[in-house]
Amino acid sequence: MAIILDKDSKLVVQGFTGSQGTFHAKQCIEYGTQIVAGVTPGRGGQTHLDRPVFNTVHDAVRNTGAFVSLIFVPAPYAADAIMEAVDGGCSVVICITEGIPVMDMAKVKRYITQQERSGRELTLIGPNCPGVITPGQCKAGIMPGFIHKPGKIGVVSRSGTLTYEAVDQLTKHGFGQSTVVGIGGDPIAGSNFTDILAKFEEDEDTEAVVIIGEIGGSAEEDAARFFRDKMSKPVFGFIAGKAAPEGRRMGHAGAIIEGGSGTHASKIKAMREAGITVVENLSEIGETVAKARRPLAA
Amino acid sequence: MKLLEHEGKDILKARGVPVPHNGGVIIKPAQLASALKRAGKAPWVLKAQVLAGGRGKAGGIKLAKTPQEALALAKAMIGMNLITHQTHGQAIKVKELLIEGGVKIERELYFSVVMDRKNSCPTIIASAQGGMEIEGLAAEHPESIIRMPVDPNVGLRDFAARRLAFSLDIASTHTAEFCRVAKALVKAFIDLDCSMLEINPLILTPKGVMALDAKISTDDNALFRQPALAQLKDHEATALEKEAKAADISYVGLDGNIGCMVNGAGLAMGTMDTIALAGGSPANFLDVGGGADEQRVMHALKIIIKDKKVKAILINIFGGIVKCDMIASGVVGALKKIKLKVPLVVRLQGTNVDAGKAILAKSGVAIIVADDLWTAARKAVEVAK
Repeated sequence: MAIILDKDSKLVVQGFTGSQGTFHAKQCIEYGTQIVAGVTPGRGGQTHLDRPVFNTVHDAVRNTGAFVSLIFVPAPYAADAIMEAVDGGCSVVICITEGIPVMDMAKVKRYITQQERSGRELTLIGPNCPGVITPGQCKAGIMPGFIHKPGKIGVVSRSGTLTYEAVDQLTKHGFGQSTVVGIGGDPIAGSNFTDILAKFEEDEDTEAVVIIGEIGGSAEEDAARFFRDKMSKPVFGFIAGKAAPEGRRMGHAGAIIEGGSGTHASKIKAMREAGITVVENLSEIGETVAKARRPLAA
Repeated sequence: MKLLEHEGKDILKARGVPVPHNGGVIIKPAQLASALKRAGKAPWVLKAQVLAGGRGKAGGIKLAKTPQEALALAKAMIGMNLITHQTHGQAIKVKELLIEGGVKIERELYFSVVMDRKNSCPTIIASAQGGMEIEGLAAEHPESIIRMPVDPNVGLRDFAARRLAFSLDIASTHTAEFCRVAKALVKAFIDLDCSMLEINPLILTPKGVMALDAKISTDDNALFRQPALAQLKDHEATALEKEAKAADISYVGLDGNIGCMVNGAGLAMGTMDTIALAGGSPANFLDVGGGADEQRVMHALKIIIKDKKVKAILINIFGGIVKCDMIASGVVGALKKIKLKVPLVVRLQGTNVDAGKAILAKSGVAIIVADDLWTAARKAVEVAK
C-alpha cells in the first residue's frame, strides 16, 4: 500500500518542458512512474517525452485522469502553480521548487486550508524538497531511484541528500523502504512531520519510521509529541545542525536557530523524552535500525 | 537579510509610520555638528547602528543634552566594540551612529510581526510592557503577551486593530492613531516580504504613536520582487560569504579548522556535526549545490582555502543526480590548477561511485579517500592536528 504514491498514481508534471522538468520527468518515467501529462502554459497541444502537453492543469486532469502534480515551476510562479494544481483537481501536489518566498507559502497554506474545510482531502509535499518515492512503484521527485529498495521502513526528512545518505544506509543494512518523503527545508512546508507520521502509522506496509530533522522551527518537537500520544510503531530520529551557530541560516531557508528556539538540543530532548530512538552519529542510522530490528526479507 | 535601524526607519517613515526626527547617520565625529543641526533642538539621541539587539544596556544608545556632551559621546562610540546579549560573546565594531532628536515618551509598548512557522501565517506579538527584550518578557510576564494571527491576503482588519488597541489599554485619545500605525506596520511586513519586523518600543507620545526603534529582517527568496531592498547592503555577510553567494554557493564561515564541501544543505550540516563528533571543528558550512561541475568545485575550494584557519578539507558528496565521476574529475581538475597546502579527504557515495574513486586513484594527486562519512571525518580530524 505505502503512503501518498503507489503504482497506480497518475502524474501531471507542471513546468514539464523546462530543463529541470524535462530532465527529472525523464528519470521518473524511466523508473516506471506513470507520468501521463505535462503542463506548460502556451505549449498545449504539443508532445514532450511522448506525453501530451496542456496549457492548464484543468485540461491535463480532464483529459488524462492525472491526480498527482509534480511541480518544477520556477520560484516566482511556483505558489500559483500549486494553487492551480489544487484548483485543477489534483489531490496530491509535490513541489520540488526551491526559493519560493515565504509569504507566498503562507498564502498557499491558507488557500489549502480553505479547500480542506470545504471537504477536500489534499496532500501538499514541499516546497524545496526532493519529492516522494515509493520504491519499486512510483518516483515523483529528483532522488536517485537506485539507492532505494522496496520494504517496510518509512522515511520522512527535511533534507534531500541527507535522506539519500540515510536510505543508502538502510538499504545496505537490508532494510527496504515503504515510502520516502522529503517534506523540504523551508520555514513553511505543505506537510509537516506529524502529517506524514500519521500516514505511516496507518499504513499496513510500514513497520517503523526514520525521521530526519534539522535545526529551526518546532516540527521535530511536534513530531515527538505526536509519537508519544498517537503512535504505536517504533520511530528512529536524527537531527542535523548540532554544530551550527545560532542566528545563521544553514543553506535551507528554514534551518536557523532564532531567539534561542529551534535548537538541536531541544529537538533531541523532545525526541528522547517521547521515546524515539535518537541516532547521534549520522553514519549510524542504518546500524541503529538494524540493531533494533532484525533485517526484513525484501 | 537584516536591515539596520536607520534603513528600517526610512522605509517605515515612507509608509506612513511616524519615527523620530533625525539628523542622519554619521561615520566620524566631524560630521556631528551638522547632524545635530538637522536633528533639531536638544536633547539628542546617539544610536549605534549595529544589527544586534540589546544596544541600550550595552552602551550603544546615549542621550546628549549639549553639543559638547554629544561630541564626547560620538568620539567614544564610533569605533567602540559593542557586546550585547545578542552578539554571542563577540564584539561588534560600531561604524555608524544615527543622530535623532529626543522625543517625549508617555508609554512604551512592544510590537512585532513575525512569520509563525507553526501556524504558517504572519502573527502580531504585542505587549503593554515595551522596552524589554521579548524573550525576557515571555519568561517573566507570559500573560502580558498578545499573539494575533494575520491573514497575509488581507493584512490587519479594522476590528482586529481595535481589539489590539483595547487589549493594550491604549487611551481613547490615541486609539485611532494606534490602529492606523499598527495596520501600516502589518502592511509593511507583508508588502516587503519580511520575516520579522520588531518595534521595541512603539511609543505613545503626547501627540501620537511613534516607532522608536525598527528591527527588520527580510526574506532573501523574495528579493527578486523587492528592488528597493535588493539595493541595500548585506551587513551580515562576510566578504567570503558574499563571494560564495555570487557563485551560487551556499557558504557560512565558522570558527573551526576543517573546511567542508558538501552537496545539499542537510548533508552539509550533518557533515559538520560528524566532524564535531569525531573531535574536530568545522571551518564552514558549504553546500556546493546540485549542479556541481568542475568550475563550481574549483570555486568552492578557492573560497574554503581563503579562510586561513583551514588546516584540512573534507569533501563529502552523495551522488544522486550529481554523478561521483563528474565530481571526481572536478576535484582532480581543480587540484591541478590550485596548489593545495592542506590535506584533502574525499568521501564519495552514490551514483557512479566506483568510476569516481578510480579517477581519484589514477590522478596521482594526494587525496585521502574514505568510503563512509565517519571514517572520512576521523581522517580529516587526524590530519588537521
